[in-house]
This record gives sequence, structure tokens and C-alpha cells, in this order.
Amino acid sequence: MSETTMASITKTAAAPNSRYHATMENAKRTARRILANPLTMGGIIVVCCLILIAIFAPWLSHYEPTVQDLTNAMKAPSGDHWFGTDEYGRDIYSRIIWGSRVTLYVVFLVTVIIGPVGLAVGVISGYFGGIVDTIFMRITDIFISFPSLVLALAFVAALGPGLDHAIIAIALTAWPPIARLARAETMTLRNADYITAVKLTGASTPRIIIRHIVPMCLSSVIIRLTFNMAGIILTAAGLGFLGLGAQPPIPEWGAMISSGRRYMLECWWMVAFPGMAIMMVSLAFNLLGDGLRDALDPRGE
Amino acid sequence: MVNAIPLRMDNLAAVGRKLATIAITLLGLLTLTFLIGRVMPVDPVLSIVGPDADHETYMQVYKQLGLDLPIWKQYIIYVNDLLHLDLGRAAMTGQPVAEEIARVLPATVELGTFAIIIGTGCGIPLGVYAASQRGRMGDYIVRVMSLTGYSVPIFWFGMMGLLIFYAWLGWVGGAGRVDLYFDGLVEPKTGLLLLDSAMAGEWEVFRSALSHLILPACILGMHSMAYISRMTRSFMLAQLSQEYIITARVKGLSSRAVLWGHAFMNIRVQLLTIVALAYGTMLEGAVLIETVFAWPGFGQYLTHSLLRGDMNAVMGCVLIVGMIFITLNLIADALYKVFDPRTR
Repeated sequence: MSETTMASITKTAAAPNSRYHATMENAKRTARRILANPLTMGGIIVVCCLILIAIFAPWLSHYEPTVQDLTNAMKAPSGDHWFGTDEYGRDIYSRIIWGSRVTLYVVFLVTVIIGPVGLAVGVISGYFGGIVDTIFMRITDIFISFPSLVLALAFVAALGPGLDHAIIAIALTAWPPIARLARAETMTLRNADYITAVKLTGASTPRIIIRHIVPMCLSSVIIRLTFNMAGIILTAAGLGFLGLGAQPPIPEWGAMISSGRRYMLECWWMVAFPGMAIMMVSLAFNLLGDGLRDALDPRGE
Repeated sequence: MVNAIPLRMDNLAAVGRKLATIAITLLGLLTLTFLIGRVMPVDPVLSIVGPDADHETYMQVYKQLGLDLPIWKQYIIYVNDLLHLDLGRAAMTGQPVAEEIARVLPATVELGTFAIIIGTGCGIPLGVYAASQRGRMGDYIVRVMSLTGYSVPIFWFGMMGLLIFYAWLGWVGGAGRVDLYFDGLVEPKTGLLLLDSAMAGEWEVFRSALSHLILPACILGMHSMAYISRMTRSFMLAQLSQEYIITARVKGLSSRAVLWGHAFMNIRVQLLTIVALAYGTMLEGAVLIETVFAWPGFGQYLTHSLLRGDMNAVMGCVLIVGMIFITLNLIADALYKVFDPRTR
């Protein structure tokens, strides 16, 4: 054991002989740190399961998620219907399986929108400073002065209910923290010696920003995005619950809880299982974010 | 004395800058609500006159609402109204929105205050405990608990609570603020039902109100507990790694005295600001929890107005939430400045 440890230390301690080598060594070290934490592994496993379930939904589900079967309405969990059926006789297990696609769709789209936008605003604001910074930061201040759900509610009110509108609303409320973070990172880098060196070699401003500042901000932005995913899932579920997100018959977990609410006292399964699904997925993203922060943030060492 | 004067000038300038920032943020806030209000797909005229009104009536109301004016004039009127604390009238009831919000807000304050007491009372000891057990079982359990608290959809948690503690066990009251037959029995003076019923000496009502309050407050409190315990833990860890802690241990103080007497004493200020922020975040949970528990507060008012497409009421609510949030942030900032000698 100690011999292998020694070997790995001497191996990593040796100076990397190429850029590729350095990247690989770095990735290996990060991966090792992630694997060492059981909570993070739990998060990774659940997220991977979610993705697999979403891909293989047609094979995993036993029934069509939107086809009604009124003769089998409101049946308790059994061998035929693992999680019972809802008020239209639809199989809740199958609906939860298909609902994973809706959840991933929301998380993916929102992240793809807010990551680049937040990064761009933050880096530009932090690099140029002055009036640009002031304007951008006042704008983020306004957005941050609301709890995200309330602001999302206001936007959905303006756009009208629906899944795509909910996604836009959530994206509009979720970018400011990313921008703030990227700005803070950029400001610590702006006057660093290596940036001055790059400037002296005659690099243009866009090149400095894209090649030398953005990559340095990426790891903390990714950590923040992962944490955000849990929040996105909860906000989307909350909007669905209030009837402003995905509209029936889309099997969205929050909307399923909302429609099960009327029959909650007789049919607990209509509410209990979708809620557990939301909780597990959101917890998994939180654990993943926690683990990534510990592994990627060099200040934790 | 001599060098106290430039210091004060500095302070004044800092306060001035801060005030300017707040003013700009507030202006941005109401510009945002104004813009959201204008693009709303619901026709405000139609919701007043009804679908059967003829063109003349429609145009009359259209003019009454000032919708024929250019947009910048509408904006000035909007800002001017807000400066006079006029949030417009709710389309459904015809009452001023400001009055309606003032009527429903106490119910939310009552719920939120109870919740924050629960959240702080449990969150701080848990966080301190986790920090003292760093890397051991207790730490893991508290961390997972707090992460779970973050991850649970609060409306689902509320429904499960109702199902278990109300429907199955019968330990607590169900939806609403009191049992139906007590409703309206107590004259609302402060709007805080517990206080009102206690002042009127109606102890039956008080008990009923308490049994209705306890469950939603606990569930809302769980959420802030997760946040508070997490922050407490990280603040404590920062303190525990400092040298004065080692000195205190070497001196022979019990670990309890070190934890609470030394480390905790130094994070009180940070915790105060965290609790103030948690109180603000609770408004978000309140929107969902009040819907689940049919709690006649601010959150329910907001969602009801939203579902009815009552634009004035919704934007009024959003504006109020934003202002409460900014105020709480300010208070947190001010507390920090007042209590932490290092910031002076």
C-alpha cells in the first residue's frame, strides 16, 4: 500500500512534460478526491440514474404516461401499479419515469442559458470595471433583491403559464449569482502578473478574456451551476405546483403533486411518490455540488 | 477629537453612497415591475368591463386607466403613485392593493416569526455541534440533514405533514388559521391572531390558533434551519482553527466553555445577519406553504391574484417583497456595522 502511494506521489510530483499531461494529471487528482467522498458518490450515482432513466423511459415504464384508464382510477400501490394510479387511472410509476425527462429538460435548458450569460456579464464587468461594472452590477442588484420564486412568478405572470415560459422565467432569475461570482473571480485575476505578461506579448482584449480569464473562472462557475440545479428543480416544481409551470397532461413532478392534492387524504401515493422523486434528485445535485466544491476548489486544501 | 472629524465625514460619504445605491436599486425594482406589468398578456380593461361590454365602455375604461398615454407618461404616473404609497386597485375587489396587502401581511409575519424562532433555535445548536464533531459521524448526520432540508420541496413537505400529523395522528389543527367555528370571533387589533386572542382573553381561540400555527411554522422553520445550521457550522470551523482556541484549551477550559464561551461569542454578529437574511428568504417558502395550508396571508394573496390575472395586485406584491428584501439586507448590513468593531 505504502509503496503504491509513494509511487503515485513521485509520479505526480514530477513536472508534467506537456500541456496535455498536466491537464490529465489534474483531472486524475480531482477524480480521486471526488471518489474518496461517499456522499458525492451518492450524488453522482443518483444523477447518472436520472439520466439513464430519462434515456430509457419507454422501456422502463409499464404504461403510457398520458393515456387514461378510468376503470383503474385511484388504485393503491400494487404489483400491477407499483406506485398506484392517479384520478384518471394513469400509472404513477410510469409518469414519474417520464417526468425525469421534463426535469432534465428544464435543468439543461436553464443551465445552458444562465451559464454563458452569467459568465459573460461577470467577466466583462470585472475586467473592464468602471462604468460598465457599475451598470451591470446595479442590474444584478435589482434581480438579487427578490427571492427567486417570487420573481419567477412575476415573469410567468407576464408571459403566461407553460413549461417553456417557466424555463425563461427561471433563467431570468438565476443568472445574477453566476455573474457576481465570475466578476469576483475576474477582479482577483485582472491585475495578476500572468495577465500583465500576456498583455506585454501583445494579446488583444478578447483573447485575454477568452483564453486567460474565462478558463480560470470556469471551475467555480461550474460548482455554482451544480448547486443551482437543485434550486432550479425546486423552483420548477414550485411553479408546477402553483399551476404556472408545465400544464397537464405533461407528467411534471410538481404538477403531479398539485393534482394529487385534492385526493391527498384518501390517496397518499398520488402525492408522496412524485415528491420523493423531486427530493432525491435535488439532494443528489446538492451533494454533487458540495463534493465538486471540495474537490475543485484549491483553497480547500 | 481632531481626527474624529474627518472620520465622520468619511462615514457621511459612505452613508450617502449607500443611500444612492439603494435609491437606484429601488428605481430599478419599480421599473422592472412596471415593465412586467405592461407586457402581461391579460387585458386589464377586459378584466374590469367583462367580455360582453361594448366598444364605447371599453374605450372609456381604457382611457380611465391611462393606457392611451405614451409609455413614458404612464411610467411617470406609476412612479408618482408609488411615491404616494398608491399601488393601484385590485381588479377583482376594487379595493386599494396597498390596503389589502396590509390586511394579509400580519398573518404571514406571525407565521414567519414563529418559523424563524424554530429555525434559529434548532439550527444554531446543530451547527455548533457539527463543527465540534468535524469529520465524525455527528458532523455527517447534521450535514446530510441540512442538505436534505435544502432539497425537500417545501410544499410537498407541508402536505406530508398535514397527512401525518393532522389526518392520521390528529395532533395538530388542519388548514387555515383557526378552527372554522372560531373564525372571526376575535376582533383583529394587531392582526396577529395569537396576540389578539390572548389580549381578548379568548383562550379557546388562542389554543386553536396555536395548534393551526405549529405545523406550518415548523415546516417553514425546517427550511431556515437547514440554512442557519450550515452557516453556523462554517463560521464555527473558521473560529475553531484559530490560535486563541488552542490557548483556551491549553488553559484547561472545558470543551463546552471553549465552544460556547469563546468561539460562539465571536460569530454572534455574523449569525445575526444570517438570521435576518433567512427571514427574508422565508417569504419564498411562505408563498408555497400558505397555498398548502390555506393560510390567509401574503403568499396566498399573491398566488390567488396571479391565478386571477390581477395585474395590479401581483405587481404590488412583487414590489413589496423586493422592498422587504432590501430592507432586511440593510438591517443585516447595519447590524454588522454596529456590533462588529472591526468594520469601524
